[in-house]
Amino acid sequence: MQFLLRPRSTALSFVGRFSDVKKCRIKRRSQGCTAPGTRIRHRWIKTVGEPAICPTARQFCSSAEKDVDMSKFPVDRIRNFSIIAHIDHGKSTLADRLLEMTGAIAKTERNKQVLDKLQVERERGITVKAQTASLFYQHRGQTYLLNLIDTPGHVDFSYEVSRSLSACQGVLLIVDANQGIQAQTVANFYLAFEAQLTIIPVINKIDLKNADPDRVEKQIEKIFDIPKEECVRISAKFGTNVDQVLQEVVKRIPPPTAKVEEPFKALLFDSTFDHYRGVVANIALFGGYVTKGDRIVSAHLGKMYEVNELGVLRPDEQPTERLYAGQVGYVIAGMKDVKDAQIGDTLYLHKHPVEPLPGFSPAKSMVFAGMYPTDQSEYTALRRAVEKLALNDSSVTVQRDNSLALGAGWRLGFLGLLHMEVFIQRLEQEYNATVIITAPTVPYKAVLASPKLIKEYREEVVTIINPAQFPEKSQVVEYQEPMVMGTIIAPDEFTGKIMSLCLSRRAIQKNMVYIDDHRVMMKYLFPLNEVVVDFYDQLKSMSSGYASFDYEDAGYQLAELIKIEFLLNGKPVEELTTVVHKDRAYSTGKAMCERLKESIPRQMFEIAVQAAIGSKVIARETIKAYRKNVLAKCYGGDITRKMKLLKKQAEGKKRMRLIGNVEVPKDAFMNVLKRK
Amino acid sequence: MKKKVQRLRPLFRQYVFPCSGTEVAKIQRRAVSTDQPLHAHEASLYVHWPYCLKRCSYCNFNKYIPRSVNHVLMTECLQKETRTLLQLSQVSKITSVFFGGGTPSLAQPSTIAALIGTVSKHAQLSADAEVTLEVNPTPAGKARLRDFVAAGINRFSIGTQSLCDASLRVLGRDHNALQALQTLSEARTLCPGRVSVDVMFGLPGQSVESWESELEEVLSVCDDHVSLYQLTLERGTSLFRQVKLGELSVPSDDITATMYRSARKRLEKAGFLQYEVSNFAKDNAVSAHNIGYWKAQQYIGIGPGAHSRFVPLALGGVHREARTQTLEPDVWMWEVWHHGHGTRRRMQLSHLGQLEEVLVMGLRMTEGISHQHWKMFSPEANLQDILGMCSDVEELQKKGLLILDERGLRCSWDGMALLDSILPVLLLSLETLFHMCRPAPSPATVD
Repeated sequence: MQFLLRPRSTALSFVGRFSDVKKCRIKRRSQGCTAPGTRIRHRWIKTVGEPAICPTARQFCSSAEKDVDMSKFPVDRIRNFSIIAHIDHGKSTLADRLLEMTGAIAKTERNKQVLDKLQVERERGITVKAQTASLFYQHRGQTYLLNLIDTPGHVDFSYEVSRSLSACQGVLLIVDANQGIQAQTVANFYLAFEAQLTIIPVINKIDLKNADPDRVEKQIEKIFDIPKEECVRISAKFGTNVDQVLQEVVKRIPPPTAKVEEPFKALLFDSTFDHYRGVVANIALFGGYVTKGDRIVSAHLGKMYEVNELGVLRPDEQPTERLYAGQVGYVIAGMKDVKDAQIGDTLYLHKHPVEPLPGFSPAKSMVFAGMYPTDQSEYTALRRAVEKLALNDSSVTVQRDNSLALGAGWRLGFLGLLHMEVFIQRLEQEYNATVIITAPTVPYKAVLASPKLIKEYREEVVTIINPAQFPEKSQVVEYQEPMVMGTIIAPDEFTGKIMSLCLSRRAIQKNMVYIDDHRVMMKYLFPLNEVVVDFYDQLKSMSSGYASFDYEDAGYQLAELIKIEFLLNGKPVEELTTVVHKDRAYSTGKAMCERLKESIPRQMFEIAVQAAIGSKVIARETIKAYRKNVLAKCYGGDITRKMKLLKKQAEGKKRMRLIGNVEVPKDAFMNVLKRK
Repeated sequence: MKKKVQRLRPLFRQYVFPCSGTEVAKIQRRAVSTDQPLHAHEASLYVHWPYCLKRCSYCNFNKYIPRSVNHVLMTECLQKETRTLLQLSQVSKITSVFFGGGTPSLAQPSTIAALIGTVSKHAQLSADAEVTLEVNPTPAGKARLRDFVAAGINRFSIGTQSLCDASLRVLGRDHNALQALQTLSEARTLCPGRVSVDVMFGLPGQSVESWESELEEVLSVCDDHVSLYQLTLERGTSLFRQVKLGELSVPSDDITATMYRSARKRLEKAGFLQYEVSNFAKDNAVSAHNIGYWKAQQYIGIGPGAHSRFVPLALGGVHREARTQTLEPDVWMWEVWHHGHGTRRRMQLSHLGQLEEVLVMGLRMTEGISHQHWKMFSPEANLQDILGMCSDVEELQKKGLLILDERGLRCSWDGMALLDSILPVLLLSLETLFHMCRPAPSPATVD
């Protein structure tokens, strides 16, 4: 085995995608001293900051596919688990250690966030896309197959989290020994709790000077009702007690209930798109087994596919001959489109249909924003980039949109603000695109008043994602706005400030408990609209960074919504129409009028900038007329320069948007519409 | 000197001189065929003296502060370039001469005399033709006025700028208010009725009241011509930087608008007729030379960085060219010495380009553009054809900013202050009609 390995790794170093040759060498040197796990085939081709799989690497996989006999892992020696944690509590570091200890990757100083492959994940220290790693672990003379399903930490991605959890029987709930329970810890706990998973609390960073694991254990006991004896204290950074974590996984987490005797039945819980091979689907087997060459059917679409390749993720793809009940792996079956691989779909063998698994409700877009190319000539390139990115992020909704001011673009729906930021950052980093993003809005609902209108809209309750299409008050019974249940955890000295901030955001307090002597957990019901713009930033700055915030969907609630129109000399500017809560109308109207005033250049006449609700003007700014605009000196030597300037202005006039007689430059719309 | 020229030599490779016959033919083919306006054999002459003693804080003109000036060489070069360009343009009559700068009152009277002599020798320069010299009102400048008159100067333009010593210091001028008054008085004695005063407003620290009282003082000492310039902050000047950094502040747009308005009213009351955006004259003491620019007449620019508009008839040209001379005095001299002139850039004006200049310059005058004047440049489409159908132009007329009637096209009193907002509308309208009538070829550039 060792012998076989050598030429392979040597060859790999020549593949050329390793720009950092030194890194490669270190890894090779350390290959002989890998840890206690069963060494089936160590592939330490860690793709650093680059989406996985290059064809060259794949060839090696195929050539050695007989190496793993997955039948050696009956259900009772399989454990499927996730790690969940608040951001920065050390989830990815623990994952790195687990991979090292089981020999999935070589132990080096450089393993940092191995499972986080995207540049944005590494920069922000977050996980966006769930990843899977199969670990082979020796315990009491037996080899166990531990499937670690890494999940995103942030609520925006709770959809991804719940997807991952559906393939698990247990979770490691990590809490920072210094910071204690944070808002996301709570949200993630409930996700796991509701999925009835075994929860192993892990207190991380006990090496820190200010670590106070006793206090954290008390918090866990108080909030989650888990006896403190069940907590495992570790330092993922130094590997302290990490082996104990693995032992507890084997001991405490139950094996999956799947039976190999039953017909093949698998949950498709994630997918990625590879331009060479099509869809790579991540599956969890709930029964039977699947072999290369099998013909499988998707319960959702009824389409049939032939399995070209399957295997386990270690965390890179390692092809195997079969996958058995209870196991987690990947399948490539000639699916050409991500839509073929519906997340939550059930797969079964051709002619052996099964009762489909419950699946998932599709991801719900909570935040919408317009996106436009900074230059319309870049539209086509941007469209390609958006399409490509959306392929691997099924939770983004893309709708074409056209703004009179900003040109052709899209209205994108995101799971939350972080999701939106990550998407845009990925567009910029991975596709080198520059875009204008409008201020985010939330989807409102309107319950229509008359059967005639219902017929016209084809539904009683209309969801409005574009303010311009907001139905008039006279047409509706009521408006509704999306609500979220927000969890804030902060030291108690900030309680007063936080309460008044929440109050100013129309939030209603639902609950407040001390999670220990100094920390308070507050629950507030927020209108989503109030938290999408700069709430988190304000919370962070007023609490010197100590407060953490998280929210979950809390349905819709009756709301007094109002449409504000903006007028220039009495003429409405359609693209600026905004929907706000009644209480916000005045301040929003005023703020936008001020921004418009700053952005529209003076003209030869006075311009009235007004915000109006119906026919009632609620705010007004005046752009005074130019009183003097003429070059003082214009003689023989000045003509050329002056002509150039005037021609440029004349050219610019062509590109202005004319509202009535007011010329509005594109920049003005950008300044008013874009996120600050 | 010689060493410097050697170092700069490679620069001139991009320079083509003079056009070969085939090139001329090419230009002719590319050009829009139009009849040349009248007076192709007339032009005014501008002479640029590029040197100053001191850098003014607001000035971004082409000027140099040398350790010493080789007056003899400079004189010879200016003469030589005058000869060359006169020959090239085949202009037989020079209608006016203007010595600008820089600080042309630092030139030796003999230089001025030599140049006037050269002009008279190669073209007709009538005895009553306006010959203006810009003067910095320093004691040295004042002392030479008499010699300048003897050299042939018959009009002075005094760069007073301000009668407030504090303002003069901020502007970095090399004179004070008293010296300015003395120079002005001397000039008026020498050329009665033919002295102009330059005054600036919108200066740092200036209020409407202080400006008004300063203007009163100007009126009490001035001759028959006043030029009023609003201070323009030019990028790259020290004043621009100081204002950007907040060390100085200039009056707001509304204040300067008020200053302009009140000055116009006051000057009118004092019998000064405004004939251009910044120029006022009593008893028709207008500057014939400057009117030439606004009426889009031909002019020949001599000296470093000078601009010209003329038809190079000697090259077989039939279309007007916009020409710019080399900026740096040393390089310019080298070129003149070797090639007879220092033209760095030649750009043939397209018909549309020419009409645009007629429009932009003509509307600066209170009398505007007469139908007759327009017809000289655009025999086929009159002002009514071009602007009559445009709704934006109609809007301007309705607002009382622009007048289009049987006399021609002009700004109203209010419209004059907003000319630069009006012009883009007119240019757009002109361009639209022009392209509708005939697709114009791109202007030919000759570098």
